[in-house]
This record gives sequence, structure tokens and C-alpha cells, in this order.
Amino acid sequence: MFDLLERWLKTAILEIQEYVRLQAATIRGMTSPPFYYRDIIMQLDAIGVGSLTVVVLTGFFTGAVLALQSGITLDQFGARPFVGRLVSASMLKELGPVLTGLMLAGRIGSGIAAELGSMVVTDQINALRALGTDPVRKLVVPRVVAGLVMAPILTIIADTVGILGGMMIAVFQLRVASSVYWTSVIDGLYPNDAWMSLIKPFCLGYVIVTIGCHVGLRTSGGTQGVGRATTSAVVAASVAVIAVDFFVTRLLITLLY
Amino acid sequence: MDASIVLKNVSLAFDDKVVLKDISFELLPGHTKVILGGSGSGKSTILKIILGLLKPDGGTVMVNGKRVEAMGEQEMMTVRSDIGMVFQEGALFDSLSVEENVGYKLYEESSIPEEEASRRVQEVLGFVGLQEYIDRMPSELSGGQRRRVGIARAMAAKPGILLYDEATTGLDPITAMTVDEEMVKLRDLEGVSSIIVTHQLRDAFFVATHEAVRQNAHIQITPADPKKSDEAEFIMLKDGVVCFEGNASELRASSDPYIRQFLS
Repeated sequence: MFDLLERWLKTAILEIQEYVRLQAATIRGMTSPPFYYRDIIMQLDAIGVGSLTVVVLTGFFTGAVLALQSGITLDQFGARPFVGRLVSASMLKELGPVLTGLMLAGRIGSGIAAELGSMVVTDQINALRALGTDPVRKLVVPRVVAGLVMAPILTIIADTVGILGGMMIAVFQLRVASSVYWTSVIDGLYPNDAWMSLIKPFCLGYVIVTIGCHVGLRTSGGTQGVGRATTSAVVAASVAVIAVDFFVTRLLITLLY
Repeated sequence: MDASIVLKNVSLAFDDKVVLKDISFELLPGHTKVILGGSGSGKSTILKIILGLLKPDGGTVMVNGKRVEAMGEQEMMTVRSDIGMVFQEGALFDSLSVEENVGYKLYEESSIPEEEASRRVQEVLGFVGLQEYIDRMPSELSGGQRRRVGIARAMAAKPGILLYDEATTGLDPITAMTVDEEMVKLRDLEGVSSIIVTHQLRDAFFVATHEAVRQNAHIQITPADPKKSDEAEFIMLKDGVVCFEGNASELRASSDPYIRQFLS
């Protein structure tokens, strides 16, 4: 029993150590040449444009269901016209960043872990090193840059589409005039909410991509290992999204409000 | 003549498992060293140590006169610029075409003009007889073609040292022969020093006992004279320890039971 605990602790500490080392190497790679610009553009496309459909659909239906559910509750207080305020505040401050983060964890975290994991087990990472390329600069840095840039952009899109989804329900189901809805949306937004809506996905994008890269680069055990790495990356990134969201929210509330 | 590669008392263990113990040898420029041994005997590990992909626990590794066993990743990049490696199964980049794979080092890691790099890619693909496959993706190639593209990629930047990790394993005899001929051509016509890791005796003896000669515009592979054959040295590994070191005829004449079993 003690042996088992010791082994588990050693593995956990080793994983943390390797994750921290990857962060250091990534930061070094982001601040000193060589830079692989073509790979950065390709990753911006893969992570950003590639995730657009899933983020738009998630944002739309979340905003719509939020309006639907809150409409029933607000009706009890005769506050149906305030549905826009509730939808916009919820989408910007919490649901937009978190749901976009979870979608990216599923789509990007798994994809990165599977791709890098396959490269590890087929010796492509060693081949890169043998050819004089630092795998962190070539593979990790472009993905991290793309995650940092695209996660906030995707979140803004999800927020916007979510508010539009809320408007559809507000206008056609709850019979709230669109002008009333939009006035309520604007009334419910403060500059600090916008900051929260941008800073959170920035942090979440970084965490999702670095976890995917870390798990992928530490893959072992052939194709079975790639499968395990993919699952681990999705699970770890999803949990990290929820946890980081809590801590960043706590910090931003202290700093901004 | 200064050796291209020197290993002195190199040892490596993963936890309690000893992978290599007191491995020592020298590779002279333009010569071939064949490392034989069963699966898991530590053959590929030696190549990874030379390339700096693994660090030994003890001993000295010298490449082109530089001690590399304690070098960091950045310093190793300059050492690796003179080494090419052919990996098991080729290890081609799936997302890149044959041209991009072969020219990877030239396009991505050097400052030579793109037209010159492209010319060199066509030249090396012609050398391995795959010029017409330049636009194909690795998934569209057969096993033998992948190995040959791997050889072309390793030689594209004109390294002085080539490391072959099981370059013919799993190939049919005819395809394996074409890969063997590439190794002989690179050694004899380009003056490349090479370490060949394999457990395919037929291929090892072929490379040791043949030479490439240029006759007019043609390259011919012919049986080598005894002096040339003796230049190729064999090392046999057993459980991470060298159990034989000598040339092809000494290997054939060995009475060691393990070697006899291996040769039979």
C-alpha cells in the first residue's frame, strides 16, 4: 500500500516537473528565434477556423436555453424584459469562456495529444531532433501562440452568437421586443465584464494547449499509448478549464470589482 | 586519421535494467561499423546516444573530435548538423510530402536559397531512384520506398556520418538489396562514415563485402577486394555487452556459441 502511494506520488511529481519544464522551454521558444511562422499560421487556422462551427453552435444553443430557462423564472417576478441582461452577463462572464474552453479541450486538447503522441511513437520527434529542430519550438510554440490568440476570439464569437440565440428566444418565444432585449443586454454589461470575458479565455487557451502538448509529448506504448494520451488530455484539460476558471474568476473579482 | 566517432566505456541503465555496459569502439572516416545483436540488446540505444537523443550514465562519446555526452540540446544541434540518421520504418513526417521530408533540413534549418535546396532534393531522390515520387505523401509509399526516402532525407544535407537503424528490417530481399546498395554507394562514392545497426546478417555482410565504383556515368556495385572488406568492422552485442568485435571473416570463423547460433 505504501509502495503504491510512493509510486503514485513520484509519478505525480515527475509529471508536474515535466509540465513546468515544458512551460519554461515554451516561454524560451516564444521569446527567442528561430520562429516557425508558417506553422503558427497553420495552427491559427486549425485551432481557430477549425473550431468555429462547434463554438458557434455551442454558443447559440447556450444563449437560447439560457433565455428560455431564465424567462420562466423572471416571469414569476414580472421581470421578463430583463432577460437580455441575464443572458449577456451570464454569457460574457461565465458561460462563454467556460463552454468555449470545454469545447476547445475536447477538440483541440485531444487533437494535439493524438498528433504529437503519434509523432512520438513513430520516432518523428526524434527525427526532428536529429534534423536539428527543437520540437518545442516547431510543434509546441505555434500551438500555444494559436491557443492564446484564438481562444479569446472564439469566446467573443460564442458570446455574440449566444446573445443572438437569446434574442431569438426572447423575441419569438417570450414575446419581448428586440429593442427592449438589446437595451437590457447593454444595461447588463460593464467594462469589467468585458475584461473578464477576454482574460479568462486567454488563460484557458494556454492551459488547454499546454496540457495537450505535454500529454502528447510524453506518450509511450505505441498506438494504445496514443489512445490513452488522447483520453488523458481531454480529461485533464476539461478539469483544468473548470479549476482555472474558478481561480481566475476569484482573482479578477478581487482585482476588477 | 582522427576517428569520426569514439565511444569509451559507455554505460546506460533504465532503473535496474542495464541496457549498455562498457561499450567502446571507434569509427574511422569513410568506414563502416556494423552493430549486430538480437532485439533489445541495446543496438539502437547506441545510435541514440551518439545523436544525443539519450544521455549515457557513464563513459565518453566523441563525435568529430567533440565530447558530446554532457552537451545540452542547443550545443548538440551543431554536432547533429554533420550526422544523418535513418530511423526504423523511416520516421517520415506524415503531414509533409516526399519533397518536404527530404528537403526538411535544407528548407527549415538552413539559409541556402530555395532553388538550390530544391535541386539538392531532386539530386538525392535521383540517387535513391525515387525522383518521380517527389510529390507523393509518405502514406502513398511502400515500406521500401519509405526507407529510401528516409535515406535521402538523412543524406540531403551532405552529412559526414550516417547512422542506419534497422534500415532493412521487414523488407523483402529485393527491396532490402536496393537499400544495401544505397549504403554502399554513400560510403564509397560520398565518403560517408556509417554505423549500421541490424540483425539482418545477409545485409550486413553484403555492405561489408561490396563496393561501389563509378564507371563512366554508371555506378556499379561489385564484390570488394579482401582489404576493403576488412575495413568494415562488426560488433556483436549480447544483453548490452560487446561479445564480439572484428571483421566479416573473423565473425564467420568465430566459435562463440551465441554467435554461431546467430549466424546459423
